[in-house]
Amino acid sequence: MHDHDDHSHHDHSHDPITSEAEDSLFAAREVAIRTLLIEKGIFSADELRHRVELMEGRSPALGAKVVARAWIDGAYKARLLADAETAVQELGLETMHTSKIVAVENTDDTHNVIVCTLCSCYPIAILGRPPAWYKSLAYRSRVVANPRPVLEEFGLSLPNDVAVRVHDSTADIRYLVIPQRPEGTENLSEVELAGLVTRDSMIGVALAQSL
Amino acid sequence: MPHVHDRGGWPDETPIDRSEHEFAQWEDHTHAMLELLIGPKYHFNLDEFRRAIEGIERKKYEAMTYYERWLTAIETCLVQKGVLAREEVDEKMVELSASRNVRNGFD
Amino acid sequence: MIENTKFQIGDLVRVRVNHTSGHCRTPQFVQGKTGEVVAVFGQFPNPEQRAYGSNGLPHQILYQVCFDQTDLWVNYSGPEQDTLRIDLFEHWLESVSTKHEV
Repeated sequence: MHDHDDHSHHDHSHDPITSEAEDSLFAAREVAIRTLLIEKGIFSADELRHRVELMEGRSPALGAKVVARAWIDGAYKARLLADAETAVQELGLETMHTSKIVAVENTDDTHNVIVCTLCSCYPIAILGRPPAWYKSLAYRSRVVANPRPVLEEFGLSLPNDVAVRVHDSTADIRYLVIPQRPEGTENLSEVELAGLVTRDSMIGVALAQSL
Repeated sequence: MPHVHDRGGWPDETPIDRSEHEFAQWEDHTHAMLELLIGPKYHFNLDEFRRAIEGIERKKYEAMTYYERWLTAIETCLVQKGVLAREEVDEKMVELSASRNVRNGFD
Repeated sequence: MIENTKFQIGDLVRVRVNHTSGHCRTPQFVQGKTGEVVAVFGQFPNPEQRAYGSNGLPHQILYQVCFDQTDLWVNYSGPEQDTLRIDLFEHWLESVSTKHEV
């Protein structure tokens, strides 16, 4: 009952009752667990709602802002590569206290691609939640052993003289790929540049968009 | 043989399904609950949570979606910490389902 | 500078095999393989302790280790300069002097 009351006055965009409870057994179980935790005072409905809003505020646009700044400001890029955590905070972005962001740069010689083979570690603070494929068993098993065919599935074919460097983020580090700045973008503004930086390019399965 | 979650290099020819996933509301809530329970409303830590995921039986692990694993592991951790009992969750599900049926009857 | 680390950048290390039982963050595919330390990240709580409810102390030093893909996978299909980098805790690593030391 708390659950229904709780939703009736906060979320007008969709009907929470039909969208969540009829979804699946897991959806129903989630409602039950959440209701119990709220009843027990573990957290309040407001606190949970606030947390969802925080999550929704995190998106690849944040990472794109970081990359675009690195493209136009060599000193910033140097700081980002030396200490990404501080460089990200410098732009007013929040990071997680439980993990540390490290930036890796794609160059003419090296292409970086990120995976977490054990679970789904991902720089959520600046990219939001990972896409479904990043969490899939197929990506996790395949990209470490056969990165080039996997990248080809994403439409990225790299010549053999570019070394592919796979990062398996097994521990407390969260990797951000700085894609190469596309050619012919000298006159673009920082905001326009950020528009070329896709989520997939910051995971390393794509290049930044070209003009 | 590696543990079920330790996927790196497993023989797998499955093409990668690149379709984008819209989060259902229960998935948003599951994610938010985890962030609260390992963070500001601390009841267990991230490694305990991972261990609970890794403890899911192989067939179930492989059949479950991502947030189904998460929800299962959250419940496991809460039960281990004595915050919830599984029977309580079962009963709450029945109760919520009954109240929904009553309401739908009036609609 | 990070002090009291067993390994430095450039050191060759071999990953121990089944070094601990229970929860760990060392994938099987690097166990027994030799790579080179390329970064020292400093001290982090030990996930193998934390997974059982402790605070993860004493901390472990976390390293980034680089492996040649051709050393990890039989019949690796890409060129020999392809690498894999992975983050590993100190207690999983042992010193080796050459790549193919037995």
